[in-house]
Amino acid sequence: MANNYFITDHCIIEKGKVLHNGQEVFAMPEAAFPDFAKQAYKHLNTDYAKFFKMDNLSKLSFLAADILLKEYIADGSNNTALLFANSSSSLDTDVKYNDSIADKDDYFPSPAVFVYTLPNICMGEISIKHKLYTENSFFIFEAFNPEFFAAYAQALLDTAKADRVLCGWVDFLKDDYKAFMYLVSKEQGTAHTKENIQTLYNN
Amino acid sequence: MEALKQELKEKIIDVLNLEDIAVEDVNDNDPLFGDGLGLDSIDALELIVMLDKDYGIKLADPKEGKAIFQSIETMAKYISENRTK
Amino acid sequence: MKLKNIYITHTNCITPLGFDVDSNIEAIANGITGISKQENSMLPIPFYAGVVNNDKLEAAFAVISNNQSYTRLEKMILLALYPVLQKSGVKPDSKTALVLSTTKGNITSLSKGNNLPDEAYLQGLANNVANFFGFTTEPVVVSNACVSGIMAISVAKRLIQAGIYDNAFVVAGDEVSEFVLSGFNSFQAMSAEPCKPYSANRTGVTLGEAAAAVLVTKESVNAKATVIGDGSINDANHISGPSRTGEGLVRSIESALKESGISAGAIDYISAHGTATPFNDEMEAIAFNRLGLNEVPVNSLKGYYGHTLGASGLLETVIALEAMDKNKLFASMGYDEPGVSQAINVIEKTEEKEINYLLKTASGFGGCNTAVIFEKANNGK
Repeated sequence: MANNYFITDHCIIEKGKVLHNGQEVFAMPEAAFPDFAKQAYKHLNTDYAKFFKMDNLSKLSFLAADILLKEYIADGSNNTALLFANSSSSLDTDVKYNDSIADKDDYFPSPAVFVYTLPNICMGEISIKHKLYTENSFFIFEAFNPEFFAAYAQALLDTAKADRVLCGWVDFLKDDYKAFMYLVSKEQGTAHTKENIQTLYNN
Repeated sequence: MEALKQELKEKIIDVLNLEDIAVEDVNDNDPLFGDGLGLDSIDALELIVMLDKDYGIKLADPKEGKAIFQSIETMAKYISENRTK
Repeated sequence: MKLKNIYITHTNCITPLGFDVDSNIEAIANGITGISKQENSMLPIPFYAGVVNNDKLEAAFAVISNNQSYTRLEKMILLALYPVLQKSGVKPDSKTALVLSTTKGNITSLSKGNNLPDEAYLQGLANNVANFFGFTTEPVVVSNACVSGIMAISVAKRLIQAGIYDNAFVVAGDEVSEFVLSGFNSFQAMSAEPCKPYSANRTGVTLGEAAAAVLVTKESVNAKATVIGDGSINDANHISGPSRTGEGLVRSIESALKESGISAGAIDYISAHGTATPFNDEMEAIAFNRLGLNEVPVNSLKGYYGHTLGASGLLETVIALEAMDKNKLFASMGYDEPGVSQAINVIEKTEEKEINYLLKTASGFGGCNTAVIFEKANNGK
């Protein structure tokens, strides 16, 4: 099938580094994630108090999305769909929540932790900040799946369900994390093929 | 009472991750929700857990929270009258 | 761009009301609920939930396999999917997808301090299901909170229309667990009695467990319904509280209507989400009113099953497709007096009505919503 779509912008956050279109924009390679995320937030002028209430997966996703969505006006008219996936679902927070209910003598389940035991919450956080009344879907695969991303993003654009798709592989478990996000639309850029997507992911 | 208010301010900032707010910024009568500290419905639920965990107070009806969590002043008053630990 | 017609042909479900569609429909028609009182270590207080009987589950599973290494949830999911594969005759080849919907999967396999077992990963669960039946394509797992089950149908349809697959077996399952019970309880969202969707006397959610399965295909033979439109649009409002304006649900339904080419007035029946929390039900009533759907007969099946999370959207679709097939509107269990600020037409008693177009909706944490419209396959006959 003819491919009329292009990757216009991409971003990677992993191992204490933030890369935007291949350029390093922030790095704290030795820092643990919470500290790294806080400093990246400040460096990138994210300015959103609710950021500090988020779990790790949401913080990671939110930072990456904010870099790519900043230039669009958040007035509700931006029809950018969110197509996200990972391999660990919300297990990072699931384990924390599960530990918090394991001891019956110290049993105080936290609603603020429980709400993040769903992987799609990070898409909700991004939608709120950027006023995206748009298609959202979260998938789980064993490993990064460029073929699926390419096919589903194309389907969303072909059927006019979205004008643009923000694709995101956002995985967080214990100390391992990676966010790889890119925008796909009709605007000129890198050809939207699974090979190009894989290349950008590998960085 | 003053010590309890100070303790509540510190706890709320810590438990609710109010990163950009310092204890000195919170006045005893500032509204906690809406325009004040800008807390939301999940924060309210978290405060209910805090009452239980730290002060041994179980709210029979979560709707009671609205009156209790108006400000640091109302919270401190309610806790000092009802605490079991 | 003219898209292929996509059909649903075979369905099944495993619930407290029965282990096939017929027994579930019979129970619902007779006003029987699968919700019962539970007193166990899952919560410090007694609670109501829709729970599948373990002895029944083991006995049924023994008929299809003697392998005891599967988890309880996997057994439910395998049992749901088994007859759909058998009866359809569709082979799990390179053009056949397995789409699995779940929120928490094998969450009960987590234990403090231990490493994560493979099956705790949702893809690990999906692989166990895929390997049982010999699927050759990588499973597509949808985990999008409480809309996952109905979103899975939309995903299957889109992937087939895009030419990636010819068929998709869609299966959904979630369990009642200490994990989710304690969480909903911490949200002060649990009802002290079986839930009462849309009722003025509702006091919150009842949880439930189930598995459901359908075949989504481009082949029209044996079709029960055509999937004619869908949308999954976010509220962009709050991560746990439903939108006060119903914005995401309104836009999801509008997107589905636009694609289907039918008007809101053509919808004969809405199988809605109806969790029985004050804010969810209110949000739905506002959304249906905004779209002029307030007179359309609507029910929530949560009164029969409780909220089965990632299974709910698919289970409720399976039941709603039977309702359409039999031209029957099933009473919305637990409803007594109107409890939403804008009037909607909640089905009070089971009655006959010709149903050609069905709207299924769901909403969930993260501000997500999904709407899918189905057309009866023998429409016009």
